[in-house]
Amino acid sequence: MANKKSLIIIIVLFLVAAIFFIMSQPKDGKKIASDETTKVGFVYLTTPGDHGWTYAHDLGKQMVEKHFGDKVKVSIVENVAEGPDATRVIRELAVQGNDIIFTTSFGYMDPTLKVANEFPDIKFEHMTGYKRTKNLATGNIRFYEGRYVQGVVAGMMTKSNKIGYIGAYPISEVIMGINAFAQGLRSVNSDAKISVIWANTWYDPVKEADAAKVHIAEGADILAQHTDSPAMLQIAEKNGALGFGQSTDMEAFAQNAQLFASINNWGPYYIKKIEQLRNGTWNTGDGPDHWPGNTWGGLSTNMLVLSEFKNMPDDVANKASEALEGVKNGSIKIFAGPLKKNTGEEVIPSGKELDDGALWGMNYYLEGVIGNVPN
Amino acid sequence: MFIFTPRQIENNNWVIISPLISVIFTIIIGAFIFKILNYPVLESLYQVFVSPFSRPDRIADIFVKACPLIIIGIGLIFCFRANIWNIGAEGQFIFGTLCAGSFALLFPDNENKFILVLMFFVGFLGGAIWGSIPAILKIKLNVNEILVSLMLVYIAMLFIDYIVRGPLRDPMSFGFPLSKPYPDGAIISKIHFPGIGFLGQLHYGILSIFVLAPLAWFLINRTLPGFQIKVFGSAPKASNFAGFNKNKITFVVLALSGGMAGIAGVIEVSANMGKLQPEVSFGYGFTAIIVAFLGRLNPYGVIFAGVIIATAKLGADNAQMILGIPKVVTGIFEGVLLFFLLAGETIQNYKISFKRKT
Repeated sequence: MANKKSLIIIIVLFLVAAIFFIMSQPKDGKKIASDETTKVGFVYLTTPGDHGWTYAHDLGKQMVEKHFGDKVKVSIVENVAEGPDATRVIRELAVQGNDIIFTTSFGYMDPTLKVANEFPDIKFEHMTGYKRTKNLATGNIRFYEGRYVQGVVAGMMTKSNKIGYIGAYPISEVIMGINAFAQGLRSVNSDAKISVIWANTWYDPVKEADAAKVHIAEGADILAQHTDSPAMLQIAEKNGALGFGQSTDMEAFAQNAQLFASINNWGPYYIKKIEQLRNGTWNTGDGPDHWPGNTWGGLSTNMLVLSEFKNMPDDVANKASEALEGVKNGSIKIFAGPLKKNTGEEVIPSGKELDDGALWGMNYYLEGVIGNVPN
Repeated sequence: MFIFTPRQIENNNWVIISPLISVIFTIIIGAFIFKILNYPVLESLYQVFVSPFSRPDRIADIFVKACPLIIIGIGLIFCFRANIWNIGAEGQFIFGTLCAGSFALLFPDNENKFILVLMFFVGFLGGAIWGSIPAILKIKLNVNEILVSLMLVYIAMLFIDYIVRGPLRDPMSFGFPLSKPYPDGAIISKIHFPGIGFLGQLHYGILSIFVLAPLAWFLINRTLPGFQIKVFGSAPKASNFAGFNKNKITFVVLALSGGMAGIAGVIEVSANMGKLQPEVSFGYGFTAIIVAFLGRLNPYGVIFAGVIIATAKLGADNAQMILGIPKVVTGIFEGVLLFFLLAGETIQNYKISFKRKT
């Protein structure tokens, strides 16, 4: 019995001590937002971590904070599943009085639209979607432009003429990236061929690593990816192969293997749209109103940037810089005719160019890619 | 050496008190974590545990979030009471949803709500089929149901993934993996309160909780099969001696809990998404295991448990929005809560004494 009593006393003392500890130190006064402050909300698919898709958005958010300082108050919510949670979180951000809300994954499309219709005075920005309304704009990046430059570098660096490509899912966005890579590749090397493994995931380091191993075992010496983890580069590093980073600079993961990374640079877009909101010129975008978002920016608008060219001889780096400049200033048209499918069928004759709509309908490989698009 | 001696259960109140104590301890640990990480403690606790109740639409959203957890949890009670470990409610949820969704998409222009009744039936059947696979393997080949039910989760995930990327993909979705929207008849509507309008995402599917919980309570406590399940779980030898059919019980509880998961899926997707997509469940089937235990394997308890877990999740969102507390921090609560809960249950059922090794 005595034991029990002392146990209870210990527990009570512990609780009291705990409460004192917790209540010590008054909390800091909170900053109160003034009328001048623009409140900005971000919805993230995952925790940002230190690489990949959401990290790229987080870097954009940091640029916003740095650019505007006290003039914006940013709230983020991470790890928001692309279902009913998204609707709830976006609505909550709206109720909290955010003036503009950025939703940063494709799966937030319907939830964002739903909430945008309920709050006509708040501006919404959905990244990579295709549904818009008066107060809902969409933004997207021409990821494929970076892949063209990757193709150029791959074509000059490969010795085995085998390029291993890891795709996430066979959707138009990924396929146009493969085809752009092939166009870059064939511009410098007509013998090299791309073989594609579908990881069927956007992010799964184990699967991505397995796919990379298969590619290397089959003789590929250059790897490219349209998935999100640095696993492929790490495998390349271990096996003396080379590759390209995705979404953010992945040099830290593979110092000897990363040739360069295509970096999603959302910051300037976010800053532009918030600036527009602050001076009353916000609109749903300046591009033509077809699929990919009425802002579909690439290398020329700095929404896509390439990290420093490394682990390659100077002539390759020079050629890559040329290609980069060419895509930027429009002298290189990636999908200009004559274009042929890898079955030999003509897509478009010489003198014509695929328009954006055609890119979003791509369900075939161009010359230089092995195999068929799975269906 | 710790020695565990089973206790005679004298006081039934502890069944209710011990989860409450677990929640209180969780809050204290949470306060510590906030303190150590230098977040304002009271404000943080307020955001996590109280703010979800601070507006009618937030309360409504708690129930929306808790709804699938509660329905799956009620189904799991039958399994866990029978000492059958169904870990795969997630897969049963997905497969039930997929069956019901595919069924709804067969009638693209249907506006008659009667189709919902059929979808409930199809969803239940789909979940029950998925749940009965581990049952049959256990009965016929004595395969461990924990492993089989868990593995079937991944099969179900890949299966729905294939279906929405392939056969059921909406041709208007620019290659993205989404099915066509459900027909109007297959949508569970939001509740419109006269004079107030909609409250959050509150939908009529919520009402099913208040039908299913009493029904489950009645089944467990007032019917012979319910009695058989309880005896089978707590005293297998006695159950055998009484001539209860072991195989039948195994099959029924797994199929039933699978079916309930299927129903949860039908409600969740028909009310909130209105189409099939590669991800229809967000770990509901796994979280529901915690909910079932937090609710002490009692249907009414599960309702409270579901609300508590949903509150913590909503609170985590609010805490990040207002105070910038990362989700990983608030996510710790779920684990801490389960830890205290199981500890509480152990202490309640066993007397623990300490003896030096000799």
